[in-house]
Amino acid sequence: MTARVGVVTFPGSLDDADAARAVTRAGGEPVPLWHGERDLHGVDAVILPGGFSYGDYLRCGAIARFAPVMSALVPAARAGLPVLGICNGFQILCEAHLLPGALTRNAGLRFISRDVRLRIETARTPWTSGYTAGQQIVVPLKSGEGAYAADPGTLAELEAAGQVVARYIEINPNGSAADIAGICSDSGSVVGLMPHPEHAVDELTGPGSDGLGFFASVISVLAGA
Amino acid sequence: MARVVVDVVLKPEIHDPQGEAIAGACRRLGFGQVAGIRQGKRFEVELSGPADDAALARIAELAAELLANPVLEDFSLRTV
Repeated sequence: MTARVGVVTFPGSLDDADAARAVTRAGGEPVPLWHGERDLHGVDAVILPGGFSYGDYLRCGAIARFAPVMSALVPAARAGLPVLGICNGFQILCEAHLLPGALTRNAGLRFISRDVRLRIETARTPWTSGYTAGQQIVVPLKSGEGAYAADPGTLAELEAAGQVVARYIEINPNGSAADIAGICSDSGSVVGLMPHPEHAVDELTGPGSDGLGFFASVISVLAGA
Repeated sequence: MARVVVDVVLKPEIHDPQGEAIAGACRRLGFGQVAGIRQGKRFEVELSGPADDAALARIAELAAELLANPVLEDFSLRTV
């Protein structure tokens, strides 16, 4: 059976179409989910895409957190539904307390749009199981508030529990604590990632296809479930 | 009508690049006595009733839940 992966569209989402395309390319069936519906339509996993939900008013992700779809998503995520938040989606997952810490303004103040090299730190999540720990990938980063921040105790817990999913290598582009580009929940099923794997699924339009693994991983895990 | 002001500021340990950029501009303008600036947000909350203890407690809940992100920010309340 083909895995059905929901992609939520909020007002101001930008990358929902690319996320859906990445799901298709990885062999899954993308299912559009609307921010105003309290219904996940029985999907097997959910992607919160990048963009500027609700204009980034107040704080990035702060308003999206209270969208009707989140009232269905938050309990499902806590019950183990695989969820991937990319960029603005990562910010929403932090605001919704599904992931610890927060994203704040880039250290250099500028909006950053460039390809970055990441090291995948763990293959234990359903979104990274197709990679090997230590593997390097190149994917685009495009964000103004991408600096991951958390108190020292939280950072120590993330490191000790193996919840750092991806780290910037060569350079830390935005001042993220401990070079963190992505983290996961303690169970591993909820992953937040600041760079954009969905923009790196095709040699023609991206820096390569290194990002496809996130989508292929979850589809493979769901097929085996 | 009662009004409550909620001031939200970044915690001292959180890097504030915007504040640093503003402080740099202050020095370029000749305000050499400015040693540093932290940028915050101010919310003016109009109440439909009096700003009594119960109302202030509710606004404090609102500040912790929505107006501020306690991971990054501290907040304070005052009536005006």
